[in-house]
Amino acid sequence: MNADQNGIKLSIRNLEFFYGNIRALKGINMDVADNRVTALIGPSGCGKSTLLRVLNRMYGLYHGQRATGEVILDGKDILTMRGDINTLRAKVGMVFQKPTPFPMSIYENIAFPVRLYQRLGRREMDEVVETSLRRAAIWDEVKDSLRQSGLSLSGGQQQRVCIARAIATRPEVLLLDEPASALDPISTDLIDELVRELSKDFCVLIVTHNLQQASRVSDRTAFMYLGELIEYDTTENIFIRPANERTQNYVMGRFG
Amino acid sequence: MKPDDRLLARRKAVNGLMMSLCVAAAVIAVGALALILAKLVVAGTVALSPAIFTLMTPPPGSSGGLLNPILGSLLMTLVAIAFAAPVGVLAGTYLAEYGRGTTLGNGVRFLNDTLLSAPSIIIGLFIYGVMVLPQGHFSGWAGAFALALIALPVIVRTTEDMVGLIPDSLREAAVALGCPYWRVIVSIGWRSARPGILTGILLAVARVSGETAPLLFTSLNNQFMSTNMNAPIASLPVVIFQFAMSPYQDWQSLAWAGALLITACVLVLNITARVITSRGVQ
Repeated sequence: MNADQNGIKLSIRNLEFFYGNIRALKGINMDVADNRVTALIGPSGCGKSTLLRVLNRMYGLYHGQRATGEVILDGKDILTMRGDINTLRAKVGMVFQKPTPFPMSIYENIAFPVRLYQRLGRREMDEVVETSLRRAAIWDEVKDSLRQSGLSLSGGQQQRVCIARAIATRPEVLLLDEPASALDPISTDLIDELVRELSKDFCVLIVTHNLQQASRVSDRTAFMYLGELIEYDTTENIFIRPANERTQNYVMGRFG
Repeated sequence: MKPDDRLLARRKAVNGLMMSLCVAAAVIAVGALALILAKLVVAGTVALSPAIFTLMTPPPGSSGGLLNPILGSLLMTLVAIAFAAPVGVLAGTYLAEYGRGTTLGNGVRFLNDTLLSAPSIIIGLFIYGVMVLPQGHFSGWAGAFALALIALPVIVRTTEDMVGLIPDSLREAAVALGCPYWRVIVSIGWRSARPGILTGILLAVARVSGETAPLLFTSLNNQFMSTNMNAPIASLPVVIFQFAMSPYQDWQSLAWAGALLITACVLVLNITARVITSRGVQ
C-alpha cells in the first residue's frame, strides 16, 4: 500500500445508477481522500449530483431509483448496509444548492439535528450551537438574533446556517451540492474560504458548475460527462495538464 | 404592414362584449348574495335579543330563545371535529407523504374527492342506517358522526394540499441530517403547514355548522334543554328549518335570528382562517 491510499475515506467501485430504466452513472470508480476537498465538475446532466446523492443514499426516498456496485465508507459498503440508514446520513452531511433553513429559529435550526442523536443540557447545547455557527463563519452576524426565524436571514447567511447545521452533528463526510450557485459573489467567496477551512476536519465533496470555485477550493477534481468519470486527478493537473481531450475542452470553456 | 381597420374594430367590439358579459355575471352573482345577506341582517337583527342566548325554544305564542339549539350545535360540531380533525390530518398526511403514487394513495384520494362532493343528505341517510336504526333512537352522537363524515374530506383535502406544498428540498434537508421520516413529517412538514392545516379545520367547522339535511335523520330535534348526546338533541339548522316553516310569527323571527347567528359564526371562522393563513405566509 502506498502512502496515498492511507487517507482514503470513500472508495467507489463499479457504481451504476438508474432512474427507472435510465442509466445515469456508468461504472464509476474513484477514491475520495479524507481531509481533502474533492470537486465534481461537468456539464449539466453529467451525473455529478446523482453521484453525491448516492453517497448518503438520498435516492432511497424515491421509487424506481437504484444503485449497483460498491461504495465503501470506513470499510463498509453503504449500498448494502443493513440497519438504520439514518445513522449513515448523520455521518454523511449534505448541503444543498438552495438554502434550506427549517421554519424555526436560528438556534433551533442547529439544535434540531443534534437532538436527534444526543441528549444535551442547555449549556452544552448552547456551546454546540455557538461552535457550529462559528465554524460556519456566521456567528458574529447572528449571535444577537438566535431566536429569530432562520427564514429572516439573507440567502448567503441562510446557506452558512445550513452549513453550520450540517456540521453540528459532527459528520465525517460533507457533501456540498453547488452550495454557492444561488448566492452573490461575496457570499460565494465566504463559502469558498469556509470549504477550505472545513477540509481540515472533514472529507469534503463539492459539486460545482463554477470552474473557478473548483480550482480555488479543491485538492482533487473529477470531470464527469454523460454519466462517466472521464478524468480524476489533482486539481492542478485537471486544470493545467488534463490528459483527456474532453476534459481540456471543458475546463477551457469550449462546451458545457 | 398596415393593420386592417375592420379587423381591429371587430376585435374591439368582441372585447367589449366579452367584458360586459363577465361584469354582468359578476354583478348578478354578488347581487344575489347581497340581497340574501341584506334580508338576513334586517330580519335577523330585529329578532336578536339577549334572550336568544339565555332562553330555550318556546312553544308558539310565548317568548323564548335559542339556547338549547345553540348548545346542541356547539356540542355536535365539537365532537364532530374532535373525530374528523385527527383522522383527516393523518389521512391527508398519508396522501401527501407516504401515499404519493401508490395504488392505495390514489384510491383513497379518489374516494375522498367523491366524498367531498357527496350530497350531505346521503351522509345523513348512511348514519341513519348504521347508527339510528340499530340503536332504535335518534341521538346527538349520530348527528356528530354525520357531521364528522362531512368535515373529514374537507380536512383530508386541505391537509394533503398544504403538506404537499412543502418543497422536496426541505424534506431532503431534514432526511440528510439523519432525521427519521416520521420526525421529518412532524417537525418540518406539519410545522410548515400548520397555518394551512388549521385553516382547513376551521373551514370544515364553517361548512359543518350550517348543515341541516344530515341532522334531520340523525340528531332530529329536541324542544327541551338537553346536552345528552345519547338522546335527540336540538341544533340551530334544524330549529331554523322547523321554525321557518311554521305558521307562527314569533317562531319565524327566531328562525331569522338563528340564521343570522350561523352566518355571523361562519363569517368569523372565515376571517380567522384568512388571518391565520396570511400570518403563515410572512
